[in-house]
Amino acid sequence: MAVNLKELSKKADRITAGHRMCAGCGAPIVAKWVLKALKTEDKAVIANATGCMEVSTCLYPYVAWKDSYIHSAFENAGATISGVETAYNSLKKQGKVKDNYKFITFGGDGGTYDIGLQSLSATMERGHDVVYVCYDNGAYMNTGIQRSSATPFGASTTTSPQGKAVPGKQQYRKDLTSVIAAHHIPYAAQTVASKWKDLYEKSEKAIYTKGPAFINVLTPCARGWRCDTQKELQVVDLAVETCFWPLYEIIDGKYILNYKPKKKLPITEWLKPQGRFKHLFKPGNEYMIDAIQKEVDKNWEELLKKCNL
Amino acid sequence: MAKRVSLSGNEAVATAMRQIEPDVVAAYPITPSTEVPQYFSQFVNNGQVKTEFIPVESEHSAMSACIGASAAGARVMTATSSNGLAYMWEPLYIAASLRRPIVMAAVNRALSGPINIHNDHSDSMGARDSGWLQIYSENVQEAYDNFIQAVRISENADVRLPVMVCYDGFITSHGIENMVLLEEEEVKKFVGEHKDDYFLLGDTPIALGTFDGNQYYFEHKRLQAQGMINAKKVILEIAAEYEKITGRKYNFFEKYKMDDAEIAIVVIGSSAGTSKVVVDELREKGIKAGLIKIRVFRPFPAPEIAEALKNVKALAVLDKTDSFATTGGPLFKEVRSAVYGIGDNKVVKSYIYGLGGRDVTVDSIKEVYAGLQEDLTAGKYEIYNYLGVRE
Amino acid sequence: MSDKNYYSTECKWQDTTPGGIIIDTGNACEFKTGDWRTTKPIWNSEKCKNCFLCWAFCPDMSIIVENEKIKGIDYDHCKGCGLCAAQCKFDAIQLVEE
Repeated sequence: MAVNLKELSKKADRITAGHRMCAGCGAPIVAKWVLKALKTEDKAVIANATGCMEVSTCLYPYVAWKDSYIHSAFENAGATISGVETAYNSLKKQGKVKDNYKFITFGGDGGTYDIGLQSLSATMERGHDVVYVCYDNGAYMNTGIQRSSATPFGASTTTSPQGKAVPGKQQYRKDLTSVIAAHHIPYAAQTVASKWKDLYEKSEKAIYTKGPAFINVLTPCARGWRCDTQKELQVVDLAVETCFWPLYEIIDGKYILNYKPKKKLPITEWLKPQGRFKHLFKPGNEYMIDAIQKEVDKNWEELLKKCNL
Repeated sequence: MAKRVSLSGNEAVATAMRQIEPDVVAAYPITPSTEVPQYFSQFVNNGQVKTEFIPVESEHSAMSACIGASAAGARVMTATSSNGLAYMWEPLYIAASLRRPIVMAAVNRALSGPINIHNDHSDSMGARDSGWLQIYSENVQEAYDNFIQAVRISENADVRLPVMVCYDGFITSHGIENMVLLEEEEVKKFVGEHKDDYFLLGDTPIALGTFDGNQYYFEHKRLQAQGMINAKKVILEIAAEYEKITGRKYNFFEKYKMDDAEIAIVVIGSSAGTSKVVVDELREKGIKAGLIKIRVFRPFPAPEIAEALKNVKALAVLDKTDSFATTGGPLFKEVRSAVYGIGDNKVVKSYIYGLGGRDVTVDSIKEVYAGLQEDLTAGKYEIYNYLGVRE
Repeated sequence: MSDKNYYSTECKWQDTTPGGIIIDTGNACEFKTGDWRTTKPIWNSEKCKNCFLCWAFCPDMSIIVENEKIKGIDYDHCKGCGLCAAQCKFDAIQLVEE
């Protein structure tokens, strides 16, 4: 199928309107494009960790997913989908299930980087033929914007608030994409909610690569980031242009950079539009911005090396 | 044809699992249940069963994977003990709430801390409000028989709740006893095909695990409670069917020399065997002693217990766990509540015994019966007691 | 189970679904989120070049498409987030007060 929007508009959405996510939420955009990569004739089972997406898309008696969907708890999306996929293998072999199914799990950074890490790690290690998509908006948004290990250094969250003594989160964020790639899975990728084509193509590769696949998607949350909703997708693009969130793939262990900005923008361009970083621009906090820039530069150089660039 | 063998509890249960041949088993090792997934993975890797085995990385994931597989339409089993059961506490409740007919071998072992690998009932008793059916076994034969019946009970359309089949760690799980196995075809015929009206991989897609507002949660839970209420009838029906093919009788509990018993103990598990020896001795001396061995703890057969204890003047309820409520153990509370208002002024006392695998001796049980006789003469008694602790 | 009686907040426990299972998947579209709006996007068919970026990024699947052409906005569900207007390079979507 040609990768152009007009063609793709002929494919029915597998997530419907009527979900309860905030106006302008980035998460349903991610869900929409990941599922768009499924072939029409393939059925799917969606698993979801507890979080914004889960409570908003499956609120009794309504469900926004057209495919079968399961949510069991917060930290076990990996284990839950492992059970589903294994049952599929068993029932397919017995001839009890005839259709082809794909298994896609969605988890926020909360349910993926932190409480759900063990479950995800084991799912990847056991080699289940599933896709795990992390919609990373950098905090436990559903419970009111608490810090996660995905929250950027310096961000003000409700459990790492900018205060008189401590200016926001004091730890650098975890590089989960590399951690998961180190499980030697056939496909891992980083993408963003603001580039539909990148997200779509990576989803297609992830879904149709045999074995476990992981996609980490930088997803905007205008509430948690305290930015203008209408500008949020441009803010996400700035994450890419400042090299805070590079777009890359790891295919069978090989790092491939998908996009190198012609001009790498200073990290302040990414920080400025977001209220959660406002305090970093107060006099006396320049060292924080310097530290963030240093970290971004270091990580970018390391990534370029891994990609042989 | 039934086969006479000598097996340990774990081996017998693993054999039952092999004969049932579920679609998926997801399990994590923990003493003393470890052998169940060990034996079973050998069956899988020998090609003796077509079951898919998931070597999960924790018990929480074991139960989560069981929930996922069950929701997808598979017949699912697992096994655990003690802290493993504790670790799966969260998905345990979810499995029951989502009405998943999962069968689990719960090999009873003390909960930490301090860490102790020996038998007591603190693990399964800690899960008594999870919505799981709980069926206890006295010995290897019962563990095997209960496990097979559990499949039919859990999958019954009026029940659709998970079942944990409990048996004592090391005492029953590792102790080799003589028992009778069914033929594999008999087991498969008894458990039948697994059927789901609605499952993730079915023709109608479904959503399971919704967020419930306060306008809906209570009704979903009341419906769940009905499954437990319906289970009582189903348990007896399945037992009657099982008796037809094995000749072995099962009920909510076993009454041992209870017909004219004036003093009795109520007990769960292997200690019932020890206690029966004492009952026999007392009977020889002309003392009207009896014993009730609980098999089904959840759902709790309150009216039936009350009826069985109707004419008993003094009873001691033995709990192999402490609730730390300062008022007695969990089985004691259930029994006492069941006999409330029925029969005048019974002596009903609680004994906490056997914690952390403390050996239960014939002498200590004799003490309990002697105590009951004293209480009848004295007219007053201690409700909350410990048996076998050095004090 | 699927006589939709289970939707009702008056539904008795005997009639509700076991474990809260939902067998009418995709029924969220029956829930109208349009009343969340405080601003409303107005689509101008004359200025529209059918680039489809508004459709691509609408988080509520509320851009109506037919035969590879934009047809309008689903006001039953549109929450007025304005991402469509932000995407449009042709001024074909204007945000107004609801």
